[in-house]
Amino acid sequence: METFIQQLINGITLGGLYALIALGYTMVYGVIQLINFAHGEFFAAGGYMGVILLSFFTGLGYMDTHPILCLAAAFVLAMGYCAFLAVGVEKVAYKPLRRQSRLAVLLSALGMSIFLSNGMMLTQGVYDKAYPGELFQGGVNFGNITIGYLQMTIVGLTIFLLFGLNLLVFRTKIGMAMRATAQDKVMSSLVSISANRIISLTFAIGAGLAAAAGIMVGLYYGSVRYDMGFLPGIKAFAAAVLGGIGNITGAMLGGLIIGMVEIFGAGYISGQYKDVFAFIILISVLYFKPTGIMGENIDDTRV
Amino acid sequence: MIQEFKKVWKPYTIGLLWLLGLLWPMLGIHPDGTLSFGNTFTVWLYIATGTTICLLLYIMNKSGSLDAVSRPMAGVRDTVGQASAKVPNWVWIIILLAAAFCYPFFTGRYAQDVATNVLIYVCLGLGLNIVVGLAGMLDLGYIAFYGVGAYTYALLNIHFGMSFWICLPVAATLAMIAGSLIGYPTLRMRGDYLAIVTLGFGEIVRIILNNWMSLTNGPNGILGINPPSIYIPSFENGFSLEVLYLKKLHYLYYVALLLAIITIISVRHLNYSRIGRAWESIREDETAAELMGVNTFKLKLLAYAMGALFAGLAGAFFCARMRFVSPESFTFLESAMVLSMVVLGGMGSIPGIILGAAALIVLPEVFREFETYRMLVFGMSMVVMMLFRPAGLIPAKRMGTRGEEKE
Amino acid sequence: MADQPILELKNVYSSYGSIKALKGISLKVYPGEIVAIIGANGAGKSTTLMTTCCVIPIDEGEIWYNGKAIHGTAAEALPEAGLCQVPEGRRIFPRLTVDENLTLGAFFRKDKQDIESDRQYVYDLFPILKDRHKQHGGTLSGGEQQMLAIARALMGRPKLLLLDEPSLGLAPLIVQQIFDIIKDVNKKDGTTILLVEQNANLALQAASRGYVLETGTITLEDEARKLMDNPEIRKAYLGE
Repeated sequence: METFIQQLINGITLGGLYALIALGYTMVYGVIQLINFAHGEFFAAGGYMGVILLSFFTGLGYMDTHPILCLAAAFVLAMGYCAFLAVGVEKVAYKPLRRQSRLAVLLSALGMSIFLSNGMMLTQGVYDKAYPGELFQGGVNFGNITIGYLQMTIVGLTIFLLFGLNLLVFRTKIGMAMRATAQDKVMSSLVSISANRIISLTFAIGAGLAAAAGIMVGLYYGSVRYDMGFLPGIKAFAAAVLGGIGNITGAMLGGLIIGMVEIFGAGYISGQYKDVFAFIILISVLYFKPTGIMGENIDDTRV
Repeated sequence: MIQEFKKVWKPYTIGLLWLLGLLWPMLGIHPDGTLSFGNTFTVWLYIATGTTICLLLYIMNKSGSLDAVSRPMAGVRDTVGQASAKVPNWVWIIILLAAAFCYPFFTGRYAQDVATNVLIYVCLGLGLNIVVGLAGMLDLGYIAFYGVGAYTYALLNIHFGMSFWICLPVAATLAMIAGSLIGYPTLRMRGDYLAIVTLGFGEIVRIILNNWMSLTNGPNGILGINPPSIYIPSFENGFSLEVLYLKKLHYLYYVALLLAIITIISVRHLNYSRIGRAWESIREDETAAELMGVNTFKLKLLAYAMGALFAGLAGAFFCARMRFVSPESFTFLESAMVLSMVVLGGMGSIPGIILGAAALIVLPEVFREFETYRMLVFGMSMVVMMLFRPAGLIPAKRMGTRGEEKE
Repeated sequence: MADQPILELKNVYSSYGSIKALKGISLKVYPGEIVAIIGANGAGKSTTLMTTCCVIPIDEGEIWYNGKAIHGTAAEALPEAGLCQVPEGRRIFPRLTVDENLTLGAFFRKDKQDIESDRQYVYDLFPILKDRHKQHGGTLSGGEQQMLAIARALMGRPKLLLLDEPSLGLAPLIVQQIFDIIKDVNKKDGTTILLVEQNANLALQAASRGYVLETGTITLEDEARKLMDNPEIRKAYLGE
C-alpha cells in the first residue's frame, strides 16, 4: 500500500511535467495542425538554460544568499529564452511552408529538431551537464512514504503554471482569440484577430511551459543532455493525443495519465520497457478513439 | 538586384540579430559568474558571413545578375540533355551497369566501402519510396524493418548456421510480416498521426531489441556472424564443393550491387504496374480512389509490406557485411536519414533517390574534417530544401496530367 | 446617395487555388445603400466577398474602401476600419459561447461601456440569443447561428456590412425575420449593406441596386426593381 502511494506521488510529479510539455504540442497543433517535432528541443533548451543560469548565479554567490530569488529568476529567464527561440523557429521553418503539403512542413520540423539538438550538443557538450549544488534536499516522511521538498516544489509549480494557463486561455480576451483562431482561422481574421500574432504567441507559451518542465527535470534528475528532448517529446505528444489534440484540459489530463502509467508500469510490470507504455497508449488511442478523451479542438472548417 | 535586396534586408538583419540573441546565452554565460561576448561574436560572425554570401548569391541568381554564367550553363545543359535524349535509355543503363561492375577494379578499399554503403541505402531508399513516394504514407519507423531483417539473419546464422542466401528470403518474409503487423492498425490513421505512430513502432522495436537479452543479447549485440558464402567447386581429392566466404570487400560490393539491381528493377516494375497506378491514385486523392473502387486499405498494407521487404533484404546484407549487429544501428535518426534521402532526392523518382542516397553518404565522407557539424548541416539542409525545393533534386515525373494543370 | 462610393472594385481578378474565379469584376457601393449580387452556384459570389475582405489575394485590379486602397492589406485590419463580413455558412465559433462570439465581434474595440450597450442592443434585436447566451455556438440551430453571426458582425459597428448568402439553409420564416433586421439596420443605423444571395427574389426585394454575376464576370448591373422586371433575369433566377 505504501509503495502504491509513493508510486502515486511519483506518477503525479512526472505526469505534471508531461502535461506541461504536452500543452505546447496540443496548442500548436490546435492552431496550425502541425506536429512540432522540434518542441522536445525547447524542453531540452529550457533545461540547459536553467543549468547555465543557476551555475552563473552560484558563481556569483547569489545562490547562497537568495536561493529562491535565483531560482525564480532562472525560471523566468529560461522560459523567456525558449519563447524567443520558439518564435524564431516558427518564423524560419514553419511560416513559409504554411501553404505547402503536410509532408514538407513535417520534414522541416524534423530538420529543425535535429538542427537544434545538435546545436545544443555543439555549444554545450556531449556529456550530461549537472545541476549545481544541493537544492531542496530532504523531504517529509509519512512512514515509508517520502515526499521530497523538490517534488513538492515541482508539483506546486506545475499546478501554478497549469492554473495560470487555464486562466489565460479561458478568462482573458487574448485567450479567447487563441481559442477562436484554433477553431476557425479565416473567421478570426474577419474579426480582426491577427492569425500570425496568435500563432507566434502560441509557440511562445508552449515553449515557455516546456522550458519550465525542462528545468524541473534537470533539478529532479540532476543533469541535462542535448538529446533529452526526444523521448519525453514523443510521450508528451502521446499525452496530447490521449487528451484530445488541441484540447488544453485534455493535454493536462493526458499528461497525468501517461505519467501515472509510466510509473506504475515501471513498478509493477517492467522497468526496462517503461518507455513502451506511452507508445502503446498512443497507438491504442489513435486506433480506438482518435479524437481522444476530451475531444479535439482544431479548425473544423479545413477539409 | 538592389530591389530584391531591399525587400529582404530587414527580415534578414532581424533574423541575424535574433540568432545572436539566441547564441549568446548558450555560449556567453559562464558558471564562474562571468559574462563574455567574444566567443559568441566570433561564432556568430562565421555564421552571418556564410549565410550572407548564400543570400547574395541567391538574390543575384534570382534577379538575373548571374545570367552571364548561368545562361550558358543552362544552354550547355539543354544541349547535353537534347543530345542524350536521343540516345535510347538502354544504352545509358548498359553504361551505368558496366561502370558499376568495373568500379572495384579502379578504386581502393575506402571507396568500395563507401560505395557498398551507398548501395545499401539505395535499397532502403527505394523501399521507403514505395511507402512514401508511391502510396503517400509518411513512415518514420522504417528502420525497424531493416532491424528485423538484420536480426533474422543474425539469429538464424548463429543458432542454425544457415547460409546468407537462404536467410535472405526468410529475412525479407519476416520483415514483410512485421510490416503487415505494424501496418494493420496504423493505416487507418490520418497523415500526421501515421507519422508519429510509425515512429512509435520503430522505437518499440528498437527498445525490444535492446532489452530482450535472451533473444538478442541486448545492447551488446550479436557477434561472429558469417558473411555471405558461395560454393565453389574444388578439384582436390576428386570433385567436391567448397565453401568460400565472401569476406573480401569487393565481393561484398558485388553482392550489394546485385541486391540494389534487384531492388531497382522490382521498384520500376511496381511503378509501372497496375498496383503502382493504384498506389499513385491513393497518394493523389484517397477518397477519390476509394470511390473508384480501389481497395485502399489492402493496397496501403501491400505498399507497407513491400517497403518492409526491401528493408529486410538490405538488413540481412548489412548484418552479413558487418558480421555484427546491435540495436544502436536502428535508431530514429537512421529512419530520418532514409526519409530525407527519399524526399530530398525526389519522392517517387528512382534516379532521384539514388542520387539522394549517394549525396547523403558521400558528402559527409568528403567533408570528413567537419564531422562534428555533420548532423547540424543535415538538419539545416532538410529545412532549407523544404523551403526552396520541396520537390527534391530530381522530381518524379507524373504519369498523367491533372485536369486543372492543362489550363 | 453621396458622390463617393464607400466600396469600389476596379477590374478585380482573383483565383481560388489554380482556378480563376474572378475575371475582371468592377462594382460600386454607395453609402447607405443595400446592394445585391445575385448569381448561380459557383459564379464567384463568395469569392468576391472574400477578395474584398483581403482573405483571398487579388491577382489584378484594385479595391477601394472609403477612399483608401485596401487591396494587399491584411484582412485583420479591415474590421477596425468598419468593414465586416458575415461569411457563408455562418461560421460562428462552435466551442465558444454566444457571449464570447459577440465579444469577439468587438475584438478591436476599446470602449468597454459602448461594447456592453451594443451587446444589449443586439440581444434586443435577437432575443433568442439572449436566452442562449451561455450556450456554445455549435449547439445552436441554423437560424440561431445565422442570427449570432449577424449579431457578431454588428458588434463591430460596421460602416459596410458584407453578407454572404444569409438565407442559405434556413426556414422561410427565419429568413424573413433576418431580412427585416437587415433592412432595419440599414435604415436606422445607416449601415451600408452588400448582399450576396442565391435567392434572387429576396435579395432584389431588399436591395436598391443589383449586380448579376456569371462565372466570374458581372453581366448586368441595374436598379433592383428593373432587374426583377427583366425577363431574362426572371427566367434564369426568379423561377419563371
